Amino acid sequence: MLVDELRGIYYILLKDLKAYYFKPPNISWGILFPLVLALAFSLRSPTGLVELAPGLIAMAAVFGTTSMEAIVITFERRTGALERLLLAPISTKSILMGKILGGTVFGFMISGIMTIISVLVFNVKIQSPLWFSLMIALTLLTLSSLGALVAVSVKEVFEAQTLSNYFRFPMIFLCGVFIPVENMPQPLQAIAYLLPLTYSVDALRSTIFGTSNILNVFTDAVILSLFFITFSVISNTLLKRSLR
Amino acid sequence: MKDVIVLHELTKYYDNLIAVDHVSLTVEEGEVFGFLGPNGAGKTTTIRMLVGLTTPSEGTAFVAGYNIKEDIVEVKRRVGVVPETSNLYDELSVWDNLLFSSRLYHVPRNERADRIRNLLETFNLQERRKTKFGKLSKGLKRRLVIAAALIHQPEIVFMDEPTSGLDVVSAISLRKLIRELRKEDITVFLTTHYIEEADQLSDRVAIIVEGKIVVVDTPENIKQSIGGAPVLEARLSQAPDESMIRGLEPAGRVEFKGNRVRIEAENLTEALESLARLASQRGIQVNDVNTLQPSLEEAFVGLTGVSPELMKIEKEGRR
Repeated sequence: MLVDELRGIYYILLKDLKAYYFKPPNISWGILFPLVLALAFSLRSPTGLVELAPGLIAMAAVFGTTSMEAIVITFERRTGALERLLLAPISTKSILMGKILGGTVFGFMISGIMTIISVLVFNVKIQSPLWFSLMIALTLLTLSSLGALVAVSVKEVFEAQTLSNYFRFPMIFLCGVFIPVENMPQPLQAIAYLLPLTYSVDALRSTIFGTSNILNVFTDAVILSLFFITFSVISNTLLKRSLR
Repeated sequence: MKDVIVLHELTKYYDNLIAVDHVSLTVEEGEVFGFLGPNGAGKTTTIRMLVGLTTPSEGTAFVAGYNIKEDIVEVKRRVGVVPETSNLYDELSVWDNLLFSSRLYHVPRNERADRIRNLLETFNLQERRKTKFGKLSKGLKRRLVIAAALIHQPEIVFMDEPTSGLDVVSAISLRKLIRELRKEDITVFLTTHYIEEADQLSDRVAIIVEGKIVVVDTPENIKQSIGGAPVLEARLSQAPDESMIRGLEPAGRVEFKGNRVRIEAENLTEALESLARLASQRGIQVNDVNTLQPSLEEAFVGLTGVSPELMKIEKEGRR
């Protein structure tokens, strides 16, 4: 039944937030990470922070969603706790969605703090708050589903961390966080267009500054949705395969 | 009694290895069914198929009336599972772990608190309700895992090595709790490497070796099936004389040691009558009498060729 599935998603989300995400060390890291990031960049370039705001918010989203989520899933698999969820009368899709939403909520907290710092401290003005919120939500869901894909692909916690970094660091450097994609050499641009963060940064830049860069926001939204669906479907397939 | 678990030619291959080999058996409602076998015999794989953690390669099974291949969600609603590892959430309290399980199994909101309180009382965990799972002792963790498996009032509970790794006191207390489940007509499908535990708890036992079922029967019938006549042991007021020994020999094989007599007899009644008559004729008192049968452990060794001690060492060594 759909209602049971939705309840299952909600309760897994609540459990993950209580058991893992909203622990004091994580909350303090979640607050410190964007603060330190903002401070570091403002010291480096006090006037250029407004320009960097979309990239920094996207970067906070990357680390916020993927840092804990991949660990949570692999840790639960290791301890056998994931098996408890697989024994419950809900589908693997719902289990996975509960997990993805956990990463999304935590990422929302971190990127939200980064956004507040950008607006209140560095006077960044968001031209389309509604589209900005939608694109942040879509970015978080997409990156969180990438975190889930990493987690279900490996067995150990350290493998999840290593594999996450294979995606995270290239995305930070190639997807327009620091240097606009259009200013990069052609081969690097080609790689950038294969990564979801490119479309997130592009969309956040459009919604914050009100200018269209690579694609319009709607196209970015469609592409990010396709990434989200693809990552989620592959993750679900891998999770189901573990039951064979 | 209806059959609540029916396995028909259930088979599981891992690549070229056959883990469970065309297993067929039935378990009746309210029965405690022991599933015995050496390590790697296919016990856990069988349970994993029955509860939807892995899919069968061939054959099928019905659990609580539902086909595990077609209606696994319905099966999951009706069964509780106690896995071999205590896999609740370390960071959640005893209460929160049970609350999460109740939510996950769709226990109605207005019944959750009462059910949790009842289980905490039954499992004597009331005072630990706020303690985090990670801080509990091994024995208390096992109790809570069993309590969590019962939160949705399942028809059938699958228990994989429920007392493994526990101290003697905790194991005895858990066995008592498992016996209590029978009174509530809950069917228990139990795997254990403690053969005496299976003997004490189970109405029927299946022994599986290399994925194949060797025998399914009551512990008593299994013990008798391996041969060896029952034994009568008696303590007399004084040592018997030669004529008394000769007089007992028609009843069976007789051994004496001091004032103790041991008769291996097909017909225990006949042996007892002979002993009483011959002793009375000589003015000898029969102080106490015991009958001994082959143990389930002996039967297990006879049927599998595996030493139960070795099985325990292997199992404990893996922890």
